[in-house]
Amino acid sequence: MTQITGSGSRRKTLLSEESELEQLIRELFESQKLAVLGTQKEGQPYANLIAFASSDDLKSLYFATARATRKYANIDADARVTVLIDNRSNQDSDFSQAAAVTATGTAQEVVDFKRDEVLAIYLAKHPMLEEFVRSPTCALLQVEVQTYYLVRKFQNVMELHVK
Amino acid sequence: MMRTVLRLEHIRGNDRERVGGKGFALATLVKRGLKVPHGLCIGVDAYKRYLADTGLGARILMEIDRKDFAEVRWEEMWDASLRIRNLFLKTPLPEDLRSLLSSSLESELTDKSVVVRSSAPGEDSTHASFAGLHESFVNIRGLDSILEHIRLVWASLWSDRALLYRQELGLDVHQSSMAVVIQELIAGERSGVTFGKNPNDPSQVVIESVYGLNQGLVDGSIEPDRWLLDRKSGVIIDHHATERHLAVGAHGESTRLEKLAAEKQNVPPLTNHEVKKVFGLALELEEIFGSPQDVEWTFLGDELYLLQSRPITTMAGKNKEDKRAWYFTLRRSFDNLKALRSRVEDELIPAMEHETKIFAQRKPAELSDAELAKELYERQEAYDRWLQIYWDEFIPLAHGIRLFGQVYNDTIRPDDPYEFMDLLGATEMASLERNRRLEDLAAMIRADPVLGDNLSKRHYPGPDHSFSRALDSFIERFGDLSCSAELCTQGRDSIIRLLLELSSRPAVKERFPTKDLESLRVSFFSHFQGDKRLRMEELLDLGRASYRLRDDDNIFLGMIQNQLRLAIEESKGRLTDRSNLEVERLDPLEIIEALNNPDYVAKKVVAIPEKSAHFDIRPRQLVGQPASPGLVRATARVITEPSNLFDFKGGEILVCDAVDPNMTFVVPLAAGVVERRGGMLIHGAIIAREYGLPCVTGIPNASSLIHTGDELTVDGYLGIVIKHS
Repeated sequence: MTQITGSGSRRKTLLSEESELEQLIRELFESQKLAVLGTQKEGQPYANLIAFASSDDLKSLYFATARATRKYANIDADARVTVLIDNRSNQDSDFSQAAAVTATGTAQEVVDFKRDEVLAIYLAKHPMLEEFVRSPTCALLQVEVQTYYLVRKFQNVMELHVK
Repeated sequence: MMRTVLRLEHIRGNDRERVGGKGFALATLVKRGLKVPHGLCIGVDAYKRYLADTGLGARILMEIDRKDFAEVRWEEMWDASLRIRNLFLKTPLPEDLRSLLSSSLESELTDKSVVVRSSAPGEDSTHASFAGLHESFVNIRGLDSILEHIRLVWASLWSDRALLYRQELGLDVHQSSMAVVIQELIAGERSGVTFGKNPNDPSQVVIESVYGLNQGLVDGSIEPDRWLLDRKSGVIIDHHATERHLAVGAHGESTRLEKLAAEKQNVPPLTNHEVKKVFGLALELEEIFGSPQDVEWTFLGDELYLLQSRPITTMAGKNKEDKRAWYFTLRRSFDNLKALRSRVEDELIPAMEHETKIFAQRKPAELSDAELAKELYERQEAYDRWLQIYWDEFIPLAHGIRLFGQVYNDTIRPDDPYEFMDLLGATEMASLERNRRLEDLAAMIRADPVLGDNLSKRHYPGPDHSFSRALDSFIERFGDLSCSAELCTQGRDSIIRLLLELSSRPAVKERFPTKDLESLRVSFFSHFQGDKRLRMEELLDLGRASYRLRDDDNIFLGMIQNQLRLAIEESKGRLTDRSNLEVERLDPLEIIEALNNPDYVAKKVVAIPEKSAHFDIRPRQLVGQPASPGLVRATARVITEPSNLFDFKGGEILVCDAVDPNMTFVVPLAAGVVERRGGMLIHGAIIAREYGLPCVTGIPNASSLIHTGDELTVDGYLGIVIKHS
C-alpha cells in the first residue's frame, strides 16, 4: 500500500498577519516625513501637508503648526481630523506597490509636562524644525487615533481600531 | 534609423541584449556559414516603444501586482496571463511603429510563409534556459498576420509559465523585454531534435526524428524514431523505430496533423547517412557554443537546415514540493487532450465510481476498532491516490478550456476575455441536474401548503405520497452526493430542511444567458470554413468536455473524500471518551494510531499566540479575482464544515475556503459567492456564472477573515469584497 499523507487541516491563524500589519505601519511612518492633514470648517474640508511623528505604540500622531494658521483655527472649532501617510513615488508602480494609511481621530494641543516628552519625539525626527517648534507662536498637536485604514495593492483595505 | 529591425547577417557581437538569445544564436550560425533559414530580428526597442506609447506597461503592472505573488494560485496565473494577452490583442501598434516594421518586413518576408519566434534577452544562455516559456508561431502569411503575431510573441513574455518563474527570470515590467525573430518557413519533409549529450548517459548523443515539421515532436503528439550514438566515435549504438502514422504539415495559415503516406510508414525518416550528418552538425554546434546543444533541424530534400541551437539545461524545480515543473505538463496539444479526455471519461471516472460503491458497502459503524483503523487507512490511501490522479490527469484536461478560449479570443477579440465560457457552459453538469431536481421537490412543497406545514412540524407523509416517492428517487440518484453533505448522519431531515428553505423563496432559475448563445456560436464559426471549421467544432467539443469534467471530476473526488470523512467521523465518535486526546485536532494518521492503541497520546499542539496588543484588526476591503460579474450587498454565511450548509438562508452570501461540488446545492439560494481559491475555472466560479451570481475568488483567508453574519458587498466586476461594520 502506498504511504498516506494524513493531511489534517490546521488553520493558519491571522496573528502573523496582524503583527505584520502593525510593523508595516511602523515602517511606513519611519520612512515618511510628511503627511496630509484633513480638517474642516462648516463642512468645507481642507487639506495640508504637515511634518509628522508618531508615538511608539502608534496610538498618537504629532505635528506642529503656527497658531495663526487656518488648520489651527479649524481644529480649534472642530477637533475631528484625518491624516494620510503614504509612500508613493509618482510612478506607475505606485498603483500596486505604494501603501497608504489614513488615520481618523481627534487633535488637541500638547501642553505642560507632556510637551517636553512629545517635543523630544518630534525633534528626533525633524531636527531642522527646532526653531520653528520652539517659537512661542507655534503649537504642538497630538492626534489621538481611533482608526487606521491601511490600503495596499491599490484596493486592499484593512482597518486597525485602537483598543 | 535606430537598429530596430536587423537582418540576421547584420547582427553584431554587441547586439545580444537587443536581439535576444535566439536571434543572437541564429546570427552566430549565419556568420559561421551554417544553413539557417533566411530571416530578420525585431529588436527589443520595438517592444519597449509599443509598451511605452500605448500605456500597456502600466496596465500589465496593475495586473501582475494585483495580489502578493505568494498568494497567487496557479489557476489565477492562467487568468492573469489570459487577461494580459487580451490587452496585447486589443492594443494596436502605434502608427509610426507599424510603418517602421511594415517597411522592413515588406521588402523581405511578406510574400512567404514565415515563422514568428520569441527571442527573449537572457533566455538560452547557459545560466537560464527555460524552454517553452514563450510562444512561437509557424506558417504565418502576409504583413497583417505577421504584425499581429509579433504582438502575440510579445504577449508571451507574460505567459503563465513565465509568470510562474518570474522570480528566477527577474520578470519585471520595467526591465524585461522581448525580441522577435521572423524567418522563412522551411517546409521540411523530415525534422528532428538532437541532444548533444544524453541526459541519461553522457557518453551518448540522442537524435529524434519525425516526418513533416518539428511541432509534432516538440509538443509530444508524435512519437519519434530515436537513435543513440557514441559521442566519441559517432557509431550508432541503437535505433528505436516507432509506429509511424502521423506527420505535422503546414496548412493554410497554420499547421496540422496529417496521416502519413503508407509508403513512408515502414521507412525511418532518416537514413544512417543522414543520422551521421545530423550528429556531425551537433558536434559542430557544440564547438561553436562551447557546450552540448539541444538542436532543432529539418531536411528539405537532401538539404539540412538548422532551425535552433541552445544549451542543454534541465528544467528548474526538480524539488517535489515545487509544483511548477508539473505545471509545465499542463500545456498539451489538442490530440494529447483528446486522448486524455477518453481516458478520464471512459476509465478514470468509472473507476472512481466503482471504488466509492465498494467503500459505501462497508459501514464504518459495523466494524471493530481494528477493522475501522484498517478501513480508514484504505480510504485515506484511496483519497490520496485519487487526489494525485486529479492533479496528474484531471487538472491537465482543463487545458482544453484554455485551448478553446485562446482560439476564441484570437478570433473574436471580445471585450470580456471570458466570453468564450458562455459557449462552454451550455452543457450538462451533474451538479446542475441535482439542483434542478431539488428545485422540483421544492416546487411540490410550494404548491401544497399543507405538505409544507406538515414537513416543518416533522410530520412526514407516508411512503406512497408523491413527495416521498420523489424524495426517495432523489436520494437514490444523488444519495452519495447528499451523503457527503452529512445527510447520511442527519438523515432525510436535512434535505427536508433545505427544501423548506428553498420553497420559501421564489423558484430559482438558472441563468438566462445575457447574450444569444446561438449568435455567439454562429459568429465564431463564421470565421472558419471547410476543414478548419470541422477542427474548430472538435475544439469546442473538447472545450465543453473539459468544462463539464472540471465540475464532474470534483463531484466524484468528493464522493471518495466523503467515504473517508464517514470513517473519520465514526472513529472520532469512538475516541471522544479518551481524556488524553483532543479528538478534533487529530489527523487521520493519529486517529489510526489511537484506534489501534488505547494508550495513544497525541503530539503536543502548538499554542495559538496572542493577538495584537494595540489594535483590533478588521478587514475592510479584500482583493481577489473577478470571477462572475454582478454586485450584491448581503449577509455572509461562512461554511467551515458541511453541516453549516443546512443553516444556509436564502439571500446570504456563500463564503468558504473552496466551493466543494457537494456544497453547490445551496448556490441557487445564495446571493453571491466568495472563495479563497482563485481562478476563473474553479468550481465556485463556474457554478456562480451558471446562476448569474456575483462571485469573487482568490480572497486569502476568506473563511477566517469573514464571519457568519457579517454584512458584505461582493463586487464581481472588480473582484473585491467589502466588509461593512
